[in-house]
Amino acid sequence: MAVRDYIRDRFFPHIWCPGCGHGIVLGSLIRAIENLGIKKNDIVVVSGIGCSSRICGYLDFHTLHTIHGRALAFATGVKLSRPELTLIVPMGDGDALAIGGNHFIHAARRNIGITAIIMNNSIYGMTGGQYSPSTEYGDFATTAPYGNIDRSFDFVKLAMSAGASFVARTTTYHVTSMIKILEKAIAHKGFSVVDILSQCPTYFGVRNKFASAVDMLNYYKTNTTPIGSKEKEKNPDLIERGIFVQDQRPEYCDEYDKIIKKASEGV
Amino acid sequence: MKKNVLFVQGNEACVEAALYAGLDFFAGYPITPSTEIAELLSYRLPKKGGKFIQMEDEISSMCAIIGASLTGKKVMTATSGPGFSLKQEAIGFAVMAEVPCVIVNVQRGGPSTGLPTSVSQGDVMQARWGTHGEHAIITLTASNNQDVFAMTVEAFNLSETFRTPVILLFDEVVAHTRERLMVPKPGEINVVKRLKTAVKEGTDYHPYLPREDGRLPMSDFGHVHRYNVTGLMHDMWGFPSNNPKIVYELMHHLVDKIEGHTKEITMVKEFFLDDAEYLLISYGSSARTALHVVENRRERGEKIGLLELLSLWPFPADTVRERCACVNYVIVVEMNMGQILQEVKKASDEPDKVFLANKIDGSFIAPTDVLNILRIIQGKGA
Repeated sequence: MAVRDYIRDRFFPHIWCPGCGHGIVLGSLIRAIENLGIKKNDIVVVSGIGCSSRICGYLDFHTLHTIHGRALAFATGVKLSRPELTLIVPMGDGDALAIGGNHFIHAARRNIGITAIIMNNSIYGMTGGQYSPSTEYGDFATTAPYGNIDRSFDFVKLAMSAGASFVARTTTYHVTSMIKILEKAIAHKGFSVVDILSQCPTYFGVRNKFASAVDMLNYYKTNTTPIGSKEKEKNPDLIERGIFVQDQRPEYCDEYDKIIKKASEGV
Repeated sequence: MKKNVLFVQGNEACVEAALYAGLDFFAGYPITPSTEIAELLSYRLPKKGGKFIQMEDEISSMCAIIGASLTGKKVMTATSGPGFSLKQEAIGFAVMAEVPCVIVNVQRGGPSTGLPTSVSQGDVMQARWGTHGEHAIITLTASNNQDVFAMTVEAFNLSETFRTPVILLFDEVVAHTRERLMVPKPGEINVVKRLKTAVKEGTDYHPYLPREDGRLPMSDFGHVHRYNVTGLMHDMWGFPSNNPKIVYELMHHLVDKIEGHTKEITMVKEFFLDDAEYLLISYGSSARTALHVVENRRERGEKIGLLELLSLWPFPADTVRERCACVNYVIVVEMNMGQILQEVKKASDEPDKVFLANKIDGSFIAPTDVLNILRIIQGKGA
């Protein structure tokens, strides 16, 4: 199928600003699904609130655009009641890890078969540029006019320690590898997390000395490195990208099926 | 033949009824005094192939049942006081997205942590207006196990009929009182199945286009129709819209589908009303006390009756107005500072003859609490 067959084109043009990275994520996600050959009726996309969350309206799957921070909780209900469906949950960084942080760690802990995609632009874009859990110390935002004094989260480390069985990071510059990573994340049985660095030139870029979206993409190119590369040894500040964890662990819905078996046999 | 008679708590009666109504999915979080509902369902649901999940908090429990409902399942969550506050935003989502679900709130003393193990009826207005924005809601209540059963089944039926969240507003006394429950045979009480669309694959399905009777046939997530569900104002495809005409029509649809069926939703019980000069209006466990007073006073020849409300929202204003018009005095019996009192005053053509007998200290309202008010009205002093 063509990319066009996966979108609801009557709802275009999309709401994202020129230069936004989220459209690259949309395109890559469609290509990953196409490569996996999953039927459109078998996919449910659940999102929360924010620029990222509008992705689900454009996708021709079963789509659920929910409330701020709670997409994973809604998705848990969908997945547990229909485990055979493929659940994809695109979220923003604030959505996933500020207001939604609790649901994120608990979905990871359960290892429920959901793919969490963090469209991580280090800013609250929909509300006009406030600092988020991934805004670095010293960065500027409309609510950090003197510089941000909050320390940022490393989403990858957090997901790993919370128990996610698949954890990866990529960027909107590295599209080919993003598609491969998304394929693996979606095919993975268990909770999979993909942290995607995605540029917001409109709100993050202008306040933090990026002249353009291209500038920001170049930053992803030069400031990231594949996991375990020699570059990282030379320059510890480089952000690692690639697949950090890919483990086989019991998936939550499979575990619940065992409960049903036990309960219907016993007493 | 074995009689299906149980000796159980109100919370257990609620569980029996939910299973009778076809509950498939429950998500919850431990909180007093509703926890028994979650405990029992964690045991019972997997036996019938249903799903139970204890979520990380109250908010996610509410969200999870909405997600499960969209796959075609009958869903419920149960909570109390603070948990009910936390669920409000997601309840509003279910209102807006028209997702059938049942929310049990076993009321306890508030505000805040309040009196976790004590009785109260302080959440009547929160049930009505807890979530933000203009909306309508259905809320049912009960005073005894048999009615807890009937109202729980009715809650599922109404939620499917009107595609809306329905709140079951119980209280600590009803939830924890052990008494007889006769479980009806299958088929004895009508159980409403979800209305599914007859639109075939390949034909455009409009999830938010009401039929002529106002009902909206659903299509399960995972089935052949792919559509969008959102908490934003939306058009008939479920796609966001801020077109004033579409918004206006959606607002009216959401409110009218419930307020316009108030008569159909209204459920009351009447005791000794025919010749009554004094009318008690009550609901939930307070109605047990009110009924005791009425039966007791009737023995002494006093013309007193009870109107017990089983549906609180939409408020049965017409029924209340008619009943108030026939009597000299009205006493609303409730465990709060007059939440239903104000509704009765609003409904009545003579609000000055409506009085309140209440209890707000965590102890259960006693007949003396009602009698004291009655004596004052009768000019016999306190």
